[in-house]
Amino acid sequence: MNHSVKTDQYTHHDHYGVDELLDSDHLLARDAVRAWVKQEVSPIIESYAEKGECPTHLFKGLAEIGAFGPSLPTEYGGGGMDEIAYGVIMQELERGDSGIRSMASVQGSLVMYPIFRYGSEAQKKKYLPKLGSGEFIGCFGLTEPDHGSNPGGMTTNIKDDGDAYILNGAKMWITNSPVADLAVVWAKDEEGAIRGMVVESDSKGFSAPEIHGKWSLRASITGELVFEDVRVPKENVFPEIKGLKGPLSCLSKARYGIAWGAVGAALDCYDSALRYSLEREQFGKPIGQFQLTQKKLAEMITEITKAQLLVWRLGTLANKGKATPAQISMAKRNNVHMALEVAREARQIHGGMGITNEYPIMRHMMNLETVLTYEGTHDIHLLITGMEVTGLNAFK
Amino acid sequence: MKYLVCVNKTPDTTAKISFKNDGKEFDDSGVQYIMNPYDEWYALVRALELKEANGGEVVLINVGGPENDTVIRKGLAIGGDKAVRINGSGDSFYVASQIANYAKDNNFDIIFAGKESIDYNGSEVPAMVAELLDLPFISYGIKLEMEGETATVTRDVEGGVEIAEVNTPFVISAAKGMAEQRIPNMRGIMMAKKKPLDVVEPTSVEARVEISSFELPPPKAEVKLVDPENMDELVRLLHEEAKVI
Ligand SMILES: Cc1cc2nc3c(=O)[nH]c(=O)nc-3n(C[C@H](O)[C@H](O)[C@H](O)COP(=O)(O)OP(=O)(O)OC[C@H]3O[C@@H](n4cnc5c(N)ncnc54)[C@H](O)[C@@H]3O)c2cc1C
Repeated sequence: MNHSVKTDQYTHHDHYGVDELLDSDHLLARDAVRAWVKQEVSPIIESYAEKGECPTHLFKGLAEIGAFGPSLPTEYGGGGMDEIAYGVIMQELERGDSGIRSMASVQGSLVMYPIFRYGSEAQKKKYLPKLGSGEFIGCFGLTEPDHGSNPGGMTTNIKDDGDAYILNGAKMWITNSPVADLAVVWAKDEEGAIRGMVVESDSKGFSAPEIHGKWSLRASITGELVFEDVRVPKENVFPEIKGLKGPLSCLSKARYGIAWGAVGAALDCYDSALRYSLEREQFGKPIGQFQLTQKKLAEMITEITKAQLLVWRLGTLANKGKATPAQISMAKRNNVHMALEVAREARQIHGGMGITNEYPIMRHMMNLETVLTYEGTHDIHLLITGMEVTGLNAFK
Repeated sequence: MKYLVCVNKTPDTTAKISFKNDGKEFDDSGVQYIMNPYDEWYALVRALELKEANGGEVVLINVGGPENDTVIRKGLAIGGDKAVRINGSGDSFYVASQIANYAKDNNFDIIFAGKESIDYNGSEVPAMVAELLDLPFISYGIKLEMEGETATVTRDVEGGVEIAEVNTPFVISAAKGMAEQRIPNMRGIMMAKKKPLDVVEPTSVEARVEISSFELPPPKAEVKLVDPENMDELVRLLHEEAKVI
């Protein structure tokens, strides 16, 4: 079937007056990103997803609109906004496509944020403005072929060699790696402590082969990172931070954005299903008039509304610096699963049309399978909540 | 040059329209508001382009309550330098009087508005502002070029265009074509917070028009499909039901 170039008819859904909980900056940010997505993403996304190609030209556009590190300070290339503004931006990007949101999450939360939080002043000055403006693309290397949910078991390592460290190892499933100018890499030092560092992609011994054959996040590019005796100057290593809390704090930041983003994907599926149910007639009436369709739609908007309230509260806590990793886990897990369920119900409402690229449903559904797994799988987040409430660690 | 841009708040184009108070008032519960697109996409953006080319200042004006501040901030986020909100509401004459009253002491070279607001579609305010200030008025401009103090304005007219020249100061209402929509970015939104938005109390002006009631258009009749073989049925329907032949 021809890919759709239909105009994006998405309209606003706010069943519980959640907008009243937002400030005017949040509403302006949300509407601006929504307009940008309608203009830049919706017309091309189906065809890029179908080809399995990343619309890399959007990096510049994402930078211009201000989607990279919106809650980082302006002097370091960020937007100086609060956490709720960051959330609504992610929501609107993912309303367009989870892959586009991933491009922004990685750049802002997994590359700019660690450099901002753990980098030396020289590292910040050197990299952050160029990352914020989209001149540099970054990626985040934590996961390894044999260490996914258990990143602490990583084998990628650095060895002291005078003014540099020698980096060896491999990372897997790295968003943006084949097109990245630099990678934030986590590796063990000779004492076995996890250290973070900025590795430039033109370093000798650095390669980033693309991973092909993904049925999910097809408009986002994913690759490996392979390090063969890469010399990393000592000034590129984050000076203070040691241990897993370094990468985990970045993941908290990105997971927070994903919790908001999932609401966007769910809203897009609901929006399409609602419109379709009012237009499509069977047995002489719109399918939206059948109780079974109404049950689906009513449950979808109920779950979306609960998810909206969850992230709003999480954002309010985050603004006070009080959102705990466990709270972020709960929101990421709940909202992504909710979005996937909404996508599946929306798919049914669209009947056969639901499996085509005339509608965004199947693309969202396939994307959300990644979102359910990356940044901590659905089950791992459950175990984090479980540990929080019982005080007992199921990982050991 | 100094530019004044009139920015109005209107319901989103997808809002469900209904009325309350015996059809006298628009029911705005659950309605999303936007900046009137003619003001935002054409009037404001053209004013900004002129400022960017030749320097100057772009001032936004809105007549309304504090609930309009989000829309005004959006104008500042897109690039307006400062804004004034006249804290009152009334009919077109009331609104135009407030704008004219503010403009008369502030020496604007061009006063911009959209060709109409997409809610009441009156196209009245800019004409009234021009009249109250005794300035030339050009409506429905689709193109505006400046050469020194002389503007060349292209207007849509039935079956073609009209090209007019006018010297500053003047009032113009902008139609589709004058500029292209600009999406504010996050930097603009944050900068807008620091730009002045002055709230001024209105002068006392009596409204001249009272709304008796609003009515929704009758619902669209259902489409009837007639088999191309069955021309007699088509003729019968056109005659008996549509009553057009
Ligand atoms: C498209 C895509 C992009 C990605 N981008 C990045 C990136 O940019 N940077 C990066 O570092 N990583 C990235 N990842 C990696 C992602 O974070 C990992 O896939 C994820 O952490 C899961 O690891 P794994 O795939 O090795 O699965 P595994 O850890 O092998 O998990 C397999 C299954 O086992 C379950 N499991 C594991 N341990 C336990 C346990 N203790 N108890 C119960 N169940 C358990 C899991 O829940 C899961 O269901 C990306 C992944 C994808 C698919």
